[in-house]
Amino acid sequence: MKKYIFIFRLRFMNSLQYRTVVLGGVLKGFIWGFMEILMYKALYESSGSVFSMSFSQMVSYVWIQQVFMVLFRVVFADGEIYSSIAEGTIAYDLVRPVGLYGWWFSQSAANRLAFTILNCIPVFLLALLVPEPYRISWNLTVGQSIIFILSVLLAFLVVVSFAMLMYISLFYIIAQRGVRIIVTALTTFLSGGVVPLPFFPDKIRAIAQLLPFAAMQNTPLQIFCGNITGVNMIKAVAFQAFWFVTLFLIGKAAMAVSLKKVIVQGG
Amino acid sequence: MVLYMKYFLMQLKSQMQYKTSFFLAIIGQFLTAFTSFWGISFIFNNVSSVDQFTYEEVLLCFAVVMMSFSIGEMFGGGLSVFPRLMRNGSFDRILTRPRSIIFQVLAGNTDFARIGLIVQALVVLIYAVNKSRNSWTFLKICTLILMIGCGSIVFFCLFLITASCTFFTTQSLDFLNVFTYGARQFGRYPFSIYGKDILRFLTFVIPLALFQYYPLLYITDRNKSSYLVIFPVFSLLFILPSYGFFRIGLRRYKSTGS
Repeated sequence: MKKYIFIFRLRFMNSLQYRTVVLGGVLKGFIWGFMEILMYKALYESSGSVFSMSFSQMVSYVWIQQVFMVLFRVVFADGEIYSSIAEGTIAYDLVRPVGLYGWWFSQSAANRLAFTILNCIPVFLLALLVPEPYRISWNLTVGQSIIFILSVLLAFLVVVSFAMLMYISLFYIIAQRGVRIIVTALTTFLSGGVVPLPFFPDKIRAIAQLLPFAAMQNTPLQIFCGNITGVNMIKAVAFQAFWFVTLFLIGKAAMAVSLKKVIVQGG
Repeated sequence: MVLYMKYFLMQLKSQMQYKTSFFLAIIGQFLTAFTSFWGISFIFNNVSSVDQFTYEEVLLCFAVVMMSFSIGEMFGGGLSVFPRLMRNGSFDRILTRPRSIIFQVLAGNTDFARIGLIVQALVVLIYAVNKSRNSWTFLKICTLILMIGCGSIVFFCLFLITASCTFFTTQSLDFLNVFTYGARQFGRYPFSIYGKDILRFLTFVIPLALFQYYPLLYITDRNKSSYLVIFPVFSLLFILPSYGFFRIGLRRYKSTGS
């Protein structure tokens, strides 16, 4: 465990180097979030209260989504991992005295977390500074806040363990770009990245809520904006924990199987 | 032009070499466009109109923007290799050749996987045109073609500007995606819904509204004055500053060695 934490720290420091990129990310997040809110404002003004979320809930949803944008992204710039599969440097990774699953897991987790830590606070502050109807509001009690943070953490773990499955699939499907685009599209949509899950038509929502994607950003975001409350919060968090453990175990097993017959590309 | 076709065919052939990769990328693009489409259609399950635009009219808008974006990106997206070219010095090689720089970079990097997006946009466009209740006169069809044509060029210019920035930073700036991918994301709805100030910005600074919002008013019979038809053409003025910016950047360019 200690060595994985070390890998994590190393990657983390490495990612901290790119400060201009992070500044760009803050601006982008802010503009993006603001435009999104203006869009919903127009929608709410045209037809008022037909939505299953109120406008202020929607504002919180959009902002907190921007705050954790990178943390909950399945496909992120994990360049080392992609090139290690495509260019064959995986051979070096394999001779290291650490499990490959843990190695990659810590790497991907660190990449996302480092970026988020630099990124999330400025975006959050900006979201607190904008004038009233567009301002983010923290309406959670202390207990709810704890569950919210727990849920953020679990969603993050689900995201990384799902990304691990994608990396493993790249052993078999060498077409990295295509896989990445498809995974981005599906995970973003089904985790409520395009429109929140409560806006889905009932039948589709019933299915989408059971999938692991619902355990990603969807759960913490809905807890934050007050759409999931009371006992349901506990249920939602348990659901996330279930998917994390499942995906983690599948990933470990799949990794073990595929490493037995990995063909190293190139030399 | 002959040379471009040659480059083009070679590019297509080389991309077709990795068939699974190519087709998976196309499917991926197709899916991406679809999630974006579902995003709108799920919203319109709940509401009947936004800012007095109906579902079909919004779809028309969506299709025009998607289409222009994907054409613009198919050609201009290749410019995003600028930072890489500059870092490994192959840009110097390009500078020495007797053809225009934009041409060389473009011809070598046209991305055909964008066809997935174009096809999806086309499907939505046909659907939206069929569904919209207003009558399609010849002038309206011309307007629609102008919207898409000029829109593609504006998107191309945006990609050019994004790429030119690397002359100053030698690093790609993720932030500038707000103007390219953001325009695709938020151009799904008529730009008027974001309020007057943003509409003004998108008319006079980055002329996205010129090919999206104003001609849409004409097509949907909201404004009958036919001078709106040529509004998309005005957006072509955007070529001047973007090309100028590229030239300025080029003059400042210093090789990174090796």
